[in-house]
Amino acid sequence: MSARTLPLLFLNLGGEMLYILDQRLRAQSIPGEKARKDEWTDVDRKRVMNDIISTMFNKKFMEELFKPQDLYSKKALRTVYDRLAHASIMRLNQASMDKLYDLMTMAFKYQVLLCPRPRDILLVTFNHLDAIKDFISDSPGILNQVDETFRRLIETYNCLSDGEFQLIRQTLLIFFQDMHIRVSIFLKDKVQNSNGRFVLPISGPVPWGTEVPGLIRIFNHKGVEVKRAEFTTAGNYVTPQREGSFELYGDRVLKLGTNMYSVTRPVETHMSGSSKNLASQAKENIAPKPLAKEELNFLARLLGGLDIQKPTGGETGFRLNLFTTDEEEEHAAQTRPEELSYKVINIEATQEPGRRAELVRILGELEVAEPRPGSAEKGEDLLALMDGL
Amino acid sequence: GVPSLRPYRRERSLTLRSSSSALYNNLAVLCPPARPPAFGAVHGTTLSLLGNEGPPRQLQARGGGSALSTPLLTQAAWCELPSRVLLVLTSQRGVQMYESDGSTMVFWHALDVPEHPAAHSVFARGIAAAGGRFICVGTSFGAVLVFDIPPKGTNVTLSEVLEQHRDPITDIAAEQGQAPDGAGDLVTADDSGTLCLWSTGEEFTLLGKIPGSGSTCSSVRLWNGIVAAGYGNGQIRLWEAGSGRIRAQVSAHARWIYALDLAPLTGKLLSGAEDSFVHVWKLSRNLDTDDIEIQHCHAECVTDTQVCGARFCDRAGDTFAVTGYDLSEILCYGPA
Repeated sequence: MSARTLPLLFLNLGGEMLYILDQRLRAQSIPGEKARKDEWTDVDRKRVMNDIISTMFNKKFMEELFKPQDLYSKKALRTVYDRLAHASIMRLNQASMDKLYDLMTMAFKYQVLLCPRPRDILLVTFNHLDAIKDFISDSPGILNQVDETFRRLIETYNCLSDGEFQLIRQTLLIFFQDMHIRVSIFLKDKVQNSNGRFVLPISGPVPWGTEVPGLIRIFNHKGVEVKRAEFTTAGNYVTPQREGSFELYGDRVLKLGTNMYSVTRPVETHMSGSSKNLASQAKENIAPKPLAKEELNFLARLLGGLDIQKPTGGETGFRLNLFTTDEEEEHAAQTRPEELSYKVINIEATQEPGRRAELVRILGELEVAEPRPGSAEKGEDLLALMDGL
Repeated sequence: GVPSLRPYRRERSLTLRSSSSALYNNLAVLCPPARPPAFGAVHGTTLSLLGNEGPPRQLQARGGGSALSTPLLTQAAWCELPSRVLLVLTSQRGVQMYESDGSTMVFWHALDVPEHPAAHSVFARGIAAAGGRFICVGTSFGAVLVFDIPPKGTNVTLSEVLEQHRDPITDIAAEQGQAPDGAGDLVTADDSGTLCLWSTGEEFTLLGKIPGSGSTCSSVRLWNGIVAAGYGNGQIRLWEAGSGRIRAQVSAHARWIYALDLAPLTGKLLSGAEDSFVHVWKLSRNLDTDDIEIQHCHAECVTDTQVCGARFCDRAGDTFAVTGYDLSEILCYGPA
């Protein structure tokens, strides 16, 4: 319902995606189609991160994103992340892309649910951006782009009222409704139950601006306090120490939105989410309705801002697997429950010929005009490309 | 006197076809005399109805037009008037009114929705029957629409637009008991926490305004000249409607309050919040000092659930029902 929700949704999901990709890139070497000496090196990983981040924070893209608009469907948004994940030399199979998106969405759902105040969603966003700036700390050009977006966020959101933030939060919760995919790292940390629902603690610090429950104060008709009473409940709350910073730099205090993955804590999901709650989610995913005009416009605008790199020489660049083995990835693709399939939009297959031509034209314009060095080569060429970013 | 401290216990749950959305006051209850109650909860674009007769039913938000998505509902409530009961739905597009079983649409009012989304969201929210004759509905512009309802038929007219709020309306409540002189019989609340007190009639009169103090008032009730208001910072405040003075302040919840309800026969107050708790309180007036008192009666923790709706199911407050975000049930509680 809030027309200001999309930037927060996009940036936080993007942030989670980068955490996951970074962890997988560090943890995994890619066999196969590359020259034999090649493994994922730091250079490759940074290249991928730089490419994706600079695409994500493209100026024109950000301008479109920040325009007041309704949230669009899960399908449309998923397609954007598909393109974003492929903004570099890295390739993901459908099964890995599905898993990536599951993890991203469940992580942000968790963060939104557990935010003490609706306004704290902004702190979560800042946590993601702080981490993103760390990923590209060596590239001043991209750093500038991110800072620009940071400033735009501050300008757009710092002045909103609590009520408006709650509306944004409610809009996000409607988007995430009925998603109960189980995430291993959440299950292990006991922040998610085995039925896929998140644990909501009834202890800890109360939100900034809220008092610890328990006090009743009675005032007489002159406004003078005449009585105090207390009540107790099962909750075990304490006063918070300090408020997080909403400035460009500062201690956010809140841990939600910081990177919970590390090389030793791999990303996994369980796909056995066969509860009846999926029925409502299934309705949205399965119904094959043609893209509405607005949805196509949205995609065209966003994709118009993306600089998609195509790998040359062969159909794959470096492939990233979000599972531990190729067999696991293959198995996941075959056994993914129908109701959880994202049915990524095939943009060419629209029903409006005019619109199709328009999108194809836009996509065509995104073709890399100059010949690029073969991505199979390492060393100098990659460095040269990085310098060119 | 000593409030009735009989505890409550969890009874059966009712299954909803879809889970409830995180919206303020997201539980509608109709308690016809000598019949089981009917319930309604909003899920995105639909209202799930559990009637006392017949199979469950779903109502859709109206007014999709050429837009990508069907508009989202914000709230639903049964409005009981002397001559009839109407079921009212509010959405991003406007106001829908149905016969109380949801079978027939009686009236549709479209909000002025701009062609391109403006920075400020557009929606209707806040529903109450008032003055034995009107249904009041709030808007995100801060305006309160007053609809004049005929005893039967579809000839509903927009009688007045009240423009005293500058922020989106959150909730509206009519006097459920006896208003003292000069206290007004309607209260409207908004995002900034501002409360307006009105006297209803052919023309509504603004009797007083209680300014907000930095926290959203998400839910409000009016009983015997006492305004009970629930806030985003977890506080419940009781105000004297006539004077606009604060009479009680409770640090009731650790998170944003989403729902309040009041049982008019006993003065019991129910509060539900994002902190997973539902509390039952007892309001009373000390006849000697004329102070308004509030005591805590009972607490329920709905594990791992952010409560979004809470309502008594009888006028004495012996039973109540609760909804939560992502929960596909209505939880019912009764006397232990």
